Amino acid sequence: MSPVTTRDEEADVALELAGVAFAYPDGNQALFGVDLLVRRQERVAVLGPNGAGKTTLLLHLNGILGRAAGSNAVGTVRVGGVEVSKSTLGEVRRRVGLVFQDPDDQLFMPTVRDDVAFGPTNLGLRGDELQTRVDEALDAVGMLRLGDRPPHHLSFGQRRRVAVATVLAMHCEVLVLDEPSSNLDPASRRELLDVLADLPVTVVVVTHDLPFALELCERSVVLDDGRIVHDAATLEVLQDPGLLARHRLELPVGFDPAAVVPRGRARPSPSIP
Amino acid sequence: MGAGHTHGSSRSVSDGLYVHGATPLHRLPAEVKLVGLLAFVLTVVATPREQAWAFGVYALLLVGLLATTRLRPGLVLRRMVIEVPFLVFAVLLPFVALGERVDVLGLQLSVDGLLGGFNILAKGTLGVVAAILLSATTTPRDLIVGLQRLRVPALFVTILSFMVRYLDVVVDDMRRMALARASRGFEAKHLGHVPVVAKAAGALFIRSYERGERVHLAMVSRGFTGTMPQLTAPSPTTRQWAVVVVAWALVATVAVTAVVAGDRTAWLVVAG
Amino acid sequence: MHVPDGFLDVPTSIATGVVAAAVVAVSLRRARDELAESTAAAPMAGLVAAFVFAVQMLNFPVGVGTSGHLMGGALAAVLVGPWTAIICLAVVVTLQALLFADGGVSALGSNVFLIGIVTVVVGYAVAKALMAVLPKRPASAVPAAAIGALVSVPATALVFVGLYAVGGAAELDLGQLAAFMLTWHVLIGIGEAVITGLTVGAVVATRPDLVRLTRGYRSSLVLTDADGSSREVSAAPVSEGVRRIGVGWVAGALGVCLVLAGLVSSFASANPDGLEYVAERVGFIDTAEDSVVAGSPFGDYAVVGIDNPILATGLAGVLGVAIALAVGVLIARAVRPRAQGGTARDTEKV
Repeated sequence: MSPVTTRDEEADVALELAGVAFAYPDGNQALFGVDLLVRRQERVAVLGPNGAGKTTLLLHLNGILGRAAGSNAVGTVRVGGVEVSKSTLGEVRRRVGLVFQDPDDQLFMPTVRDDVAFGPTNLGLRGDELQTRVDEALDAVGMLRLGDRPPHHLSFGQRRRVAVATVLAMHCEVLVLDEPSSNLDPASRRELLDVLADLPVTVVVVTHDLPFALELCERSVVLDDGRIVHDAATLEVLQDPGLLARHRLELPVGFDPAAVVPRGRARPSPSIP
Repeated sequence: MGAGHTHGSSRSVSDGLYVHGATPLHRLPAEVKLVGLLAFVLTVVATPREQAWAFGVYALLLVGLLATTRLRPGLVLRRMVIEVPFLVFAVLLPFVALGERVDVLGLQLSVDGLLGGFNILAKGTLGVVAAILLSATTTPRDLIVGLQRLRVPALFVTILSFMVRYLDVVVDDMRRMALARASRGFEAKHLGHVPVVAKAAGALFIRSYERGERVHLAMVSRGFTGTMPQLTAPSPTTRQWAVVVVAWALVATVAVTAVVAGDRTAWLVVAG
Repeated sequence: MHVPDGFLDVPTSIATGVVAAAVVAVSLRRARDELAESTAAAPMAGLVAAFVFAVQMLNFPVGVGTSGHLMGGALAAVLVGPWTAIICLAVVVTLQALLFADGGVSALGSNVFLIGIVTVVVGYAVAKALMAVLPKRPASAVPAAAIGALVSVPATALVFVGLYAVGGAAELDLGQLAAFMLTWHVLIGIGEAVITGLTVGAVVATRPDLVRLTRGYRSSLVLTDADGSSREVSAAPVSEGVRRIGVGWVAGALGVCLVLAGLVSSFASANPDGLEYVAERVGFIDTAEDSVVAGSPFGDYAVVGIDNPILATGLAGVLGVAIALAVGVLIARAVRPRAQGGTARDTEKV
């Protein structure tokens, strides 16, 4: 299922999972040998029914679960060539930014600016350099003017966007998002899509929102029962009714995948290493 | 998760008593206000209760400060309602205290009790008003920075800041659970309903605890290794410190005068 | 109710402030050990503190027309351990003083000491002692916590009386004050006990690993994963590494209860309590009606039929403690965790 890589293409790899299997302490196995390869600046959607193991998979990407966390896990996860292990956690977390489902879990500082500054501060930035980084990240998500507000003064959609900014400020190479469009009103959803579509980073998105996946991600991976069961272009996946039905995926009524114009890739920014 | 708050138009618990403004007290850094408040309150409490005039002076000072903050009097009075329980105690004291009694409007009241009641009334009220002055002009964030700068142990301040941040979230959770119960026809009217409320409290604890774990994961995902970043805020100028020190010196003078006057009268009584 | 400025004089306020600060400083160090990962201390304690603040909003009726609020010290101690509980309560009290003008700033030391330290220490000590004699099951945490809470409230009230004796605003008959405070706070204590017990019961039923008091009485740790799901391994009734508390502890705690109830109560002033005194003086005592339980064997804090007053009061006290204990154990039996088998319980799984 996973695309073949040649030596030339290895430098181009943002994420590589090989044989990742994971079981919870009571023996309940969540992942059964997942192989996945994501190239730089690719945008991949992870689709699948509830209970498929999607969030579990995400948590392997920055070492919260998996061997680096000391739990009973098998397989390797590589981020930009660096293997995720106890000793490389710091480096991995600098490269992979995880945006959780509940923005309130990620905005824990008194103001928006403080939250966005938290990551870079841990990376060692101070003074003007820090402020610039914070401003850029807030600007990228359109929240610059609300920087001095406490999170509870923001709407849910605004908090979502700030959560993305907190991770952007760390200049991550890979942005991983768990259900970013859930609970958003249509306008906020579109604003978020605009923000994500313009980012020159690798994106991995877990989502139930198939139209969102289609607009943002050219490639989709279907995860079910802890295994990757399909890996192809998003359009192809959404136009396969049998596939959708087998894995409890449903398009909104009247939605025609062919009619959607996917967001183009952003121009690569010079700041990418 | 909630579908979002109204943008700051409704008060949230996490705001405390803060009222937005740009008055001198608002601009004063929190560490200066905290020191000033503590010094003021201790001085007031140290003032002998017999010298009622001193408390009048203190009250005038506070009223003056209140005027500079442009706070609505109604707001302050409403907040002073918190005093009511100890007001009750202050009122009962003349009836139940020991010692020499005096006849007041046909009632035999204790002298010590009357003085004690006044003591609580005056000092308690002054303390509440001074505290309101602090909390109405200081954002929670400013307070946290102030405590950090006053060298309160870092872990304590950090825990305090997390608590402030998630107060709203937890109280909201609780309210939503109550709402869910109410819409299924439940109202906690009598003791038989306590188990239901307690179950909700248990669920709230588990939710809050699990959220704490998730917050920790989010922190760690952004590179946290144990030290929280220092929050930035304007530092106090020498002038600002000077103003507060001078103000306290005036208050202290009143207190010392009161003490001396008190001793003098006592001496006179003994001598006479 | 928090102590306002002016209740206690400056020396007392400063002394309690120093003691409170010292205890909190020690707790900060110890709290890190109570948590699995020390970097988690701040967010975990912060969330628990927010929870304590929220539950302190719960009120319950205590007598006609008045209500009492939950203090939460015993509850917090049983759930997250005494050191973390002290910090959480201290943070809540500090915030209430500085952000909500609730409680005098000069009395912050006293308030932290009373609400944050005494309730936690007494509540936890009693609960821990009871755990040693109750059956070795997580469900035993329920009556242990309830009785811990029950004792913690009047105990704090007594300590308050002690502080008042040292630096109070006016001279009072301490016996009277103690009797009044005790009566009032025993009632509040009952409410606190019921809510604490039931809340702990609710937590034990779904996440016994989150109840610190049951440590060593569970079969295995429940691990929570980042996505919110937790896995509970089958509950075999075996505990590893239980530290035997020893008969001494149990005897001590029960002894304190019995001494207070059995002996000290007799020295509570026989004078009418504050309200009765006022009522007699001002003249509305005749409007008072005997309470429903006035005719009971325990009416008016004495056992009917025994002539010696000390013995009568003492016996009433001792029997009261015994009844409370029995009721607690009965509640424990009634509130059992439902899942006793090995069930993998998913809370949130994507």
